[in-house]
Amino acid sequence: MSAGYQAPKSFLDNHGKSSGAAAWILSTDHKRIGILYLCSMLTFFSVAVVIGLLMRIELIAAGKTIMEAKTYNAFFTVHGMIMIFLFIIPGIPAAFGNFIMPIQIGAKDVAFPRLNLLSWWLYISGGLIAVLSLFTGGGAPDTGWTFYAPYSIRTGTNVSLAVFAAFVLGFSSILTGLNFVTTIHRMRAPGMTWFRMPLFPWSLYATGWVQIVATPVLAITLLLLIFERSFGVGFFDPAKGGDPILFEHLFWIYSHPAVYIMILPAMGVISEIVPVFARKGIFGYKAIVLSSLSIAGVGYLVWGHHMFTSGMSDTSRWIFSLLTFIVAVPSGVKVFNWVSSLYKGSIDVRPPFLYVMAFIFLFSIGGLTGLINGALSTNIHIHGTYFIVGHFHYVMFGGTGIAFFGALHFWFPKMFGRMYSEKIARVAVALLFIGLNTLYFPMLVLGWQGMPRRYYDYLPQFQPLNVISTIGSWIVAAALIIMFTNLIRSLFKGEKAAGNPWDGTTLEWTVSSPPPHENFEEGPVITHGPYQRT
Amino acid sequence: MKEEHKDAGLKSYVFVWLGLLVLTAITITVAGLHLGNFSTVTAVLIATIKALLVLYFFMHLKYEPPLLRFIFAASVLTLTVIIILTFTDVWFR
Amino acid sequence: MSAETEIKAAPHGDYVGAKVGMWLFLVTEVLLFGGMFLLYSVFRSKYPQDFHEAAKELSVALGAANTVILLTSSLTMALSIGYLRSGKKKPSVLFQTATILLGFAFLVNKYFEWGAKIQHGLYPDSPELLALPKGEILFYGLYYVMTGLHGLHVIVGMIILSVLLVFTSKDIVNGHSFIKLENGGLYWHLVDLIWIYLFPLFYLIT
Repeated sequence: MSAGYQAPKSFLDNHGKSSGAAAWILSTDHKRIGILYLCSMLTFFSVAVVIGLLMRIELIAAGKTIMEAKTYNAFFTVHGMIMIFLFIIPGIPAAFGNFIMPIQIGAKDVAFPRLNLLSWWLYISGGLIAVLSLFTGGGAPDTGWTFYAPYSIRTGTNVSLAVFAAFVLGFSSILTGLNFVTTIHRMRAPGMTWFRMPLFPWSLYATGWVQIVATPVLAITLLLLIFERSFGVGFFDPAKGGDPILFEHLFWIYSHPAVYIMILPAMGVISEIVPVFARKGIFGYKAIVLSSLSIAGVGYLVWGHHMFTSGMSDTSRWIFSLLTFIVAVPSGVKVFNWVSSLYKGSIDVRPPFLYVMAFIFLFSIGGLTGLINGALSTNIHIHGTYFIVGHFHYVMFGGTGIAFFGALHFWFPKMFGRMYSEKIARVAVALLFIGLNTLYFPMLVLGWQGMPRRYYDYLPQFQPLNVISTIGSWIVAAALIIMFTNLIRSLFKGEKAAGNPWDGTTLEWTVSSPPPHENFEEGPVITHGPYQRT
Repeated sequence: MKEEHKDAGLKSYVFVWLGLLVLTAITITVAGLHLGNFSTVTAVLIATIKALLVLYFFMHLKYEPPLLRFIFAASVLTLTVIIILTFTDVWFR
Repeated sequence: MSAETEIKAAPHGDYVGAKVGMWLFLVTEVLLFGGMFLLYSVFRSKYPQDFHEAAKELSVALGAANTVILLTSSLTMALSIGYLRSGKKKPSVLFQTATILLGFAFLVNKYFEWGAKIQHGLYPDSPELLALPKGEILFYGLYYVMTGLHGLHVIVGMIILSVLLVFTSKDIVNGHSFIKLENGGLYWHLVDLIWIYLFPLFYLIT
């Protein structure tokens, strides 16, 4: 930055009349809202991690170790609810999507800034209601995050309030999706045609559509569950002619597409980081775009693969199994394209790139074990076992979680204007990678050997692998502590970050770090593709 | 959106409304005929014609850019798909 | 046309963008009710005869009256927007008021309809209802949940329209800036749209 040039005030400095906390929680600036989301999500994430650690300690030995069976049931329910509805689903879109996406498309803000703030308020209210549900009424719900009928209708625990919390969170998710889709349609900078748009906004666009068309089905399902509990309508009660399998249908009509709400933005992040550190354009830009859109579309047609042992018809089972294999194709296209982008690149192995490598490895394990689940015959063998638990943790933490932290390390200098210690960041990601494999790989083996999920107890022969898994959970915890200490320390003591510390090509790297309040001093005009180096 | 449209005049709204009332009368009459299996088909068909009238004229979809029509079509398409896929279970169980 | 260019110049005043957002919201409404239509179609295909019997209890006259009321309210809604767009505030306010009143009439009608059923002991989980065949239990379950959810939307619509009525009379919504009223109208029409399907599916399957 040349001397005498007065950089515009950053968005972190106060604007307008309010100051202090009110200037944050009432701000309609997409950047501030992104950071609000980031902080609140990481808080909930930490709580759920602690619950996860406690569960792993319980499972270090057979029989009762530190908690009662009932407590364990509440723990896995709450761990799942928090991780899914409060961390992974809003995750990347609400934090990084809010902060980065408008800048990447050259806009001043999202299309509906006030609605954006409302989304955060709904999010935080939903989160608080969820917390409230743990300590009021009949106590923390013990149904698992899936709330399957008929148990969820009969249990005396506080399911209604927890379900209402999820309903509110769903509303928040819908509004974010609606806002992003409108923003991307209407607010791209002059010259930014659809195919000049970076891949992260593309992935958010696909995600936004899934949020809009899938989440309402969850909303009605949860409302019906509340009606069942309060009025006994009978839709899911065979004694009144209803059908509990219909609950599973309705639930998974949302919750399978929700998996793509979780993973698509993660893929978008990876697609941004790869070309920056490979120092070349992305391979197969259009193929990646199309694969995002087709994942969003086909992802809607495969929910039945969660229900292969539910008593659903045979016809339905083979149709859903077949469709499930189709959805693997676009995911494979993406992995192929990322790896091809590295070919003949001059790779700069910096911390964000290490996250990419960890992602590709862990996500591939998650994806390939997914095919074993999707195949009808093998699914019967492993349904309801730890194989499933291992699989989805590989995808959720090894995929989305790793991409989330990759995004955090990638955009941290941009968001806060400070650099972190790369050395410590490398240690953290290496430890995280080792820890995740130690934690989750034994689960795959245990599941294959037949250890069922959702019990606080197990047969003695399963102990050695459970001990390894629990040790893995400690390694993960250590890695997270190192990572966050590093990042929090650098918030205050890190050296000032330049506008473009990674030599990136997309628009967010053309503005100062942290970005000015209005993002751009002069609206950008786009003349070439997002990853073109001049 | 760019073209000036006078909503084809307010008078057309009244015609659409009259059309909707006539269709309501028809659907009630037809329901009284006991057509058996066809009664549901005709009822849904007439309801769809009414819905299209509301969408096209009252909700201006006739004059809107294709994007808005596409958005609405996406909801109907999605709903159709989930109903069909659920029926692969219900019919063959 | 001049009206539109003016709106576009206003901050955050993307006219088309606001409509895109509203239509996306309508998509979520369609799918919210879509979940219920899914349940309806499954249960109806399972118990066609019970549905047929149960529907006989519903009054076609009341249902038809409510259909006419809602269709008319859609007309008044569309007219109020049309008048406002051509700068005529008075008739617009008049038709908006009419729309809200028609919504109220719909609810009054519904109140008596539900009231009569409940008086006969026909409500979810009632002993009278549980004594009926399974398909009829489900029919009434669907009837209460779907028309109830729809009624809730009518109430929300009336609240939105009341706010818009205040906006219009205070000239916040006017002949140059009418997107709020248009979007409110879209919501109201969607509520009508859903009733267009509910009416034959519940009242006309005898």
